[in-house]
Amino acid sequence: MTLLITVIAAAITTAVWYTRKNDDLKLGFLCFMFWGASLMWMVDAIFEFAELKEAYFSPALEDMINDTFLGVAVIALAMVIWVVRLLILDPKGRVKEAILRQ
Amino acid sequence: MACFVVPAVEAIVVTAVAKAEEKKEMKLFETKGNVTQEKSSIPLSRKLKWLTKLLWGGVILLLFEHIWHGEVVPWFPFLTAMGNPIDAAEMFHEMATVGVLMAVLCTAVWIIMCKVADVIVKRPEVAKAKVKA
Repeated sequence: MTLLITVIAAAITTAVWYTRKNDDLKLGFLCFMFWGASLMWMVDAIFEFAELKEAYFSPALEDMINDTFLGVAVIALAMVIWVVRLLILDPKGRVKEAILRQ
Repeated sequence: MACFVVPAVEAIVVTAVAKAEEKKEMKLFETKGNVTQEKSSIPLSRKLKWLTKLLWGGVILLLFEHIWHGEVVPWFPFLTAMGNPIDAAEMFHEMATVGVLMAVLCTAVWIIMCKVADVIVKRPEVAKAKVKA
């Protein structure tokens, strides 16, 4: 479930990055984060599937809820990292402008 | 258990290589002009930065997952599996299999990405030439 949520997030972020004319939101970084994690969890999933076989596709409800919660938490963490990086890089100069205005 | 350690080590190495390559390219640019443009339109340092972002991104999120599952703790030795030899042996086995494959897959995807990027960068020139013809 965590893998699924991360892959969906990666695909959506990449599509948004593609449609934007300029990279002022630095979405490329978020794309790389999600795809990197997706690839790594995919390897994890392959090994788990090799061990569990068909049982891999029918997880216990409690595990599924926990994995979903983890997936959402991972997305939240990635977005926080991305926002912090965006504010530090300040490509549009908004942060600097706001500080100087005060 | 600690599979993310292998891509983390690769990420550290690639980050250092990317920094060195960037410095080398800057020096080359200052002395000889844009030489990289002739060989390949995308500088190697930029390509290496893609790999560092891919690896670091994955490592950070996987580290979070391991903290979530209680496999990584904020006190020494940081990995709960290091507590007893049986768990430690299992952890090293996981690092040698899952961890190595994670690093290999990320690198393989990055190589494909670089090849595709090179093709895409060269493509508009062909399209323009066709339009002109």
